[in-house]
Amino acid sequence: MNAYIFHPFVLPFVLGMAFVLTYCVVGLIRTISQLPKADRRKFWRSLVTPKTAWANIRDLFGDCLFHVKIWKRNPVLGYMHSAIAFGWFMIIVIGHVMLFTLKPLEGVDVEGLARTFTNFYYPIFYKHFAAETPVFAFLMDFFLLMIISGILIAVVKKIHSKIVGVKRVTKFGLADTMVRLALWTIFPFRLIAEKSNIMAFWWLYSIDLMVFMCMLPFTRYMHIPTEALFILMRHAGLQAREPRKGYALAQLYSCPSCGLCIDACPMSVNDKMSGNTSAYFMQKLRKRDSEEAKRIAETCLMCGKCVAICPVSVESCDIKWSQRAATPYYINSDHSYLEDRHFDRPQGAENSPSVLYFAGCMTQLTPKIMRAMKQIMESAGEVYEFLDKDGGICCGRPMLLSGKAAEAEAMIKKNTELIKQSGATKLVLSCPICYKVFKDEYHLEGIEILHHTQYIDQLIKEGRLKVKKGDVNYVYHDPCELGRAFGVYDEPREVLESLGNLLKAKSEKELSICCGGSLGSFNLTQQQRDEITVNSVNDLMFNHPDEIVTACPLCLKTFARKSPVAVEDIAEVVSKQL
Amino acid sequence: MDFGFCLSPSSHVKMDSVDQTTFNRLKETNPDINTCIACGSCTATCTAGNFTEMSFRRILLMLQRGKEEEAKKMIQRCMLCGKCTLVCPRGINIRKILLDITR
Repeated sequence: MNAYIFHPFVLPFVLGMAFVLTYCVVGLIRTISQLPKADRRKFWRSLVTPKTAWANIRDLFGDCLFHVKIWKRNPVLGYMHSAIAFGWFMIIVIGHVMLFTLKPLEGVDVEGLARTFTNFYYPIFYKHFAAETPVFAFLMDFFLLMIISGILIAVVKKIHSKIVGVKRVTKFGLADTMVRLALWTIFPFRLIAEKSNIMAFWWLYSIDLMVFMCMLPFTRYMHIPTEALFILMRHAGLQAREPRKGYALAQLYSCPSCGLCIDACPMSVNDKMSGNTSAYFMQKLRKRDSEEAKRIAETCLMCGKCVAICPVSVESCDIKWSQRAATPYYINSDHSYLEDRHFDRPQGAENSPSVLYFAGCMTQLTPKIMRAMKQIMESAGEVYEFLDKDGGICCGRPMLLSGKAAEAEAMIKKNTELIKQSGATKLVLSCPICYKVFKDEYHLEGIEILHHTQYIDQLIKEGRLKVKKGDVNYVYHDPCELGRAFGVYDEPREVLESLGNLLKAKSEKELSICCGGSLGSFNLTQQQRDEITVNSVNDLMFNHPDEIVTACPLCLKTFARKSPVAVEDIAEVVSKQL
Repeated sequence: MDFGFCLSPSSHVKMDSVDQTTFNRLKETNPDINTCIACGSCTATCTAGNFTEMSFRRILLMLQRGKEEEAKKMIQRCMLCGKCTLVCPRGINIRKILLDITR
């Protein structure tokens, strides 16, 4: 009877496949058309530029296929994900390769093999129609078992996540739970169907595939097709501008809700606050729950740790920023009073200073850092001047963080003017918050911008600053905006090593935990911030140091409230050991 | 006629006729306002206050007295630097309150 390769049980699969392909094509066109014109041009150009094209190929293989970043983060999860995703990919590829080596079973029309339409589902259900050669049989069974081993780990993770090293997992809605169940059962059904050829299991297998594919666009599994587009857009150097459009939309759909950011987030000190993490932000934004998305966006500390550890490199902080910018403010900032400010050169000073020191708002609150810097610069014989001796203008970063880019412009413009008036060639900052905005937003051509950790490191290396080595055990806290944002990890550590013994914290460098004082958050109450601080201090106290050293006045102030040992800025430590 | 001195206008505020809607709304979303002791630390450290009359303590007072427009005009000067929040001895989230007033 089998006229050619067909059986009604392939229909659910064909239906699902047709739906998901249509959805992806429409979504692709929609996302690209939402990009601003300049961004779209940038995107097309990046596809043919050799450098970005190479990066695209590298990441498409590395991230989408081999999941290198998950392996690096947690090998067990890496295996789990690779077993399912890579195993499935291999089954599809091998299925297509062996298509032409198959020997049709009795009663199956040979002519049908040539029909291209049947190729669409033939490799998925081949075992019902044909027998494969032993090599292929082994490969197919091998990868199928690999997938099932991955599913077993996923089930264990669901029951008790701590076994695979995950403390908190993402909570899902009904759709995600259903699709996960479909995904978990697809391959066991296939295995049973292939080995027993019982019709019911072929049907179950096909219906499972249909459920998975028809619901894919409405669940986290949409990350499978979207990640490829996201990688291309990321390498094109695009920027998220609106929370649910274009590049941001591609990122929203690329977030697999894996929940790695939940454990990483400084806010995850208790269950309630762990609901403020990026995984949930992306989830709410996707579901158009804009009230919740807005709340989470304004609660986030913007420390950037979730971005640093994200296995998909979703730039969630940028999307949160665009969400903040999209919230209307019914007020027009007026900073016209800044206009008549100008740089006053101290009396007696004729030449331009070689170093201009900008303490910043936060350092104004911790004058001991200013005094220490003064002492260091004098000891090094530096010709320096203060930009904000009697209170300066804010750098503009806090205003930017609130999403008001146009308002921040007034401060950026004025500060740029003042710095240029001074004639200095080096700008030294004590506050990483300022450092970030000076590096990113200011146009100070010909002026070297340094944080004081880098500056002190330079002075010591040039031999202009002599320090005495003591025997105090220090631990160094990486401020978010200095470490994760600019990778200034080595300079402060080298300085501290020349001053005493440097111990390691439990989480260091890009994994460093925000002090809890961050200006990024608008909603956190003092009590919530204190909880974060205590957690961060405990992490730093891991190796029982005598003193916590940091390089940010805000971290210093925040830690000092909760630390059992002394907390000092790196400049203070240096100034004491001159 | 100029006597070289004058009577200053009355600063009497009739609390019965004052519109406190904004202040009450703020109190609901930010109950920590109630703990303010009007110490003025926020005003003393304010970056904008160094150049202008900006004072968070006065903003709260204005809102309590129903002078919403005046309060909003003062907030226009704010640079959101967050020093006020940091020095507040009562741990009041002043930046959030400032933003909430403008919404």
